[in-house]
Amino acid sequence: MSGLEDLYREIILDHYRAPRNRGTLSVPPAHQVEGFNPLCGDEVVLYLDISDGAITDITTAGQGCSISQASTSMMSNAVKGKSVEESRKIIRAFKALMSVHESHLQGAENGPTEGPVPDDVRLGDLEALQGVVKFPVRIKCATLAWNTLIQGLDETSGGS
Amino acid sequence: MSSLSVAKIQEDFPILKREVNGKRLVYLDSASSSQTPTSVLDAMNNCYQNTYANVHRGVYTIAEETTSAFEGARLAISRFIGASSPSEVVFTRNATEAVNLVAQTWGRTNLKPGDAIVLTQMEHHANIVPWQMLAAELDLELRWIPITPDYQLDLTNLESLLSGAKLLAFSSMSNVLGTINDVPALVAAAHNAGALALVDACQSVPNLPTNVVTDNSDFMVFSAHKMLGPSGVGALWARAELLEAMPPFLGGGEMIRDVTLEGFTTNEIPWKFEAGTPAIVEVIGWGAAVDYLEKIGLAAVREHEAELTAYALDALADRFGKKLTIYGPLDIAHRGSAISFLFEDIHAHDISQVVDEEAVCVRAGHHCAKPLMRVLGVPATTRASFYIYNDTRDIDILVDALVRAEKFFGV
Repeated sequence: MSGLEDLYREIILDHYRAPRNRGTLSVPPAHQVEGFNPLCGDEVVLYLDISDGAITDITTAGQGCSISQASTSMMSNAVKGKSVEESRKIIRAFKALMSVHESHLQGAENGPTEGPVPDDVRLGDLEALQGVVKFPVRIKCATLAWNTLIQGLDETSGGS
Repeated sequence: MSSLSVAKIQEDFPILKREVNGKRLVYLDSASSSQTPTSVLDAMNNCYQNTYANVHRGVYTIAEETTSAFEGARLAISRFIGASSPSEVVFTRNATEAVNLVAQTWGRTNLKPGDAIVLTQMEHHANIVPWQMLAAELDLELRWIPITPDYQLDLTNLESLLSGAKLLAFSSMSNVLGTINDVPALVAAAHNAGALALVDACQSVPNLPTNVVTDNSDFMVFSAHKMLGPSGVGALWARAELLEAMPPFLGGGEMIRDVTLEGFTTNEIPWKFEAGTPAIVEVIGWGAAVDYLEKIGLAAVREHEAELTAYALDALADRFGKKLTIYGPLDIAHRGSAISFLFEDIHAHDISQVVDEEAVCVRAGHHCAKPLMRVLGVPATTRASFYIYNDTRDIDILVDALVRAEKFFGV
């Protein structure tokens, strides 16, 4: 089961079983953004409270497989309270973790989040998701929440 | 227990000797696409190695041999479904293209704004989207036959749904639920209402004896790759007089009788609908697949699958009880072998991933039937389906693999 245990690290299963930051925020003032994986039906809904250039609050809804839901939960923890600029750096670092295999999987790439991979970002727990790259069809599950966040940030900050 | 000698059949399928993760491959996704026996591979290889040439064009020996094998396969396939003539079998890329062919030719010439088409809530996208496209173009009304809590078509309001409708298009066997629909009865209801009937028979032709004459339908679509044949070819069967009256679908070579700078006249049926070089070798392979199935006999195929399905339903219920929800009829007489299920709150993709570790191939997702999944209120299911090369050992391995998934996700 070594391959499976690489994919389903304990921390991933923990976020799947007990997702963090679940819930909704009032829209407005919060911004709501949805992402879908049409292949498997994974669905991520993010509620973003952005003020003074920072993600002051983020909650998540939706449903899907353990990888997509754990990634959503871990992402929400990673960016909550961070500035938009810092969040974009985390997104870039996370996508770099996945990107070797994502390039041919029609990843939703958005301009402002493109750029050099930051070397000063510590991904911490998020690195547990690296096992996903061994299972190429699941990379879309892991990146769904992140692509949805990019969309949300672009919609709220006008790409700035 | 089985009426088939499965061990002997398994010998005919080279892929079943393959191992995944060091374990014997357990292929439980034949409802999606079936595996290919040596006789089909040999027929295709033989064509490429000994006779290959384009069909219906050359007068040289090998061109005649290939044309004869190609049309021989059409004859075998037409007999397999009980058609009165091979000219009623039109080769397409797949069953999806066959539905589109009917929509774009018969539909466009016979339907006008306000006309109604009746579909069911258990259709595959292939028997929904072509009609939605046509409905958007011609301003048609789409009506839906609902399903009952025990996963049958709810025919309570069938008469009013069919009233004034021009076409009833329905699946003979659901690829998600396994439900077998009563084709002759539904066709008769359509005809009583003055509508034509199209049957999506992708799931039933491989598994149940089929006779288009006794079904009395007007159109039937099916595909090679679910009945031991290769991918890349499917067919439309339609009554000859309908095909004669329909305009051509795609234009090009083969479908013409004559072409001038001013225009063209069309070839005879079925070639009128077969523009361009067809899937020659695949059609020949399909013919060999039909020969293989006929040697076993469709009654024996059906009996074997019914036994396996009953065994699987019992095994899943015994081992997992209420943790596992099956979406489909439990009465074997009313279902095929596709078993869709939810296992507690473990997502279908996670189940599929974990059982893959045991070399078990099951389908996970919406099975190209998203409207049905919405009706069922589930985002995705896991689906196991069986064919002639499966045995009870495969089902035992599935159950054991599900036990591992259960432990893994700590249900």
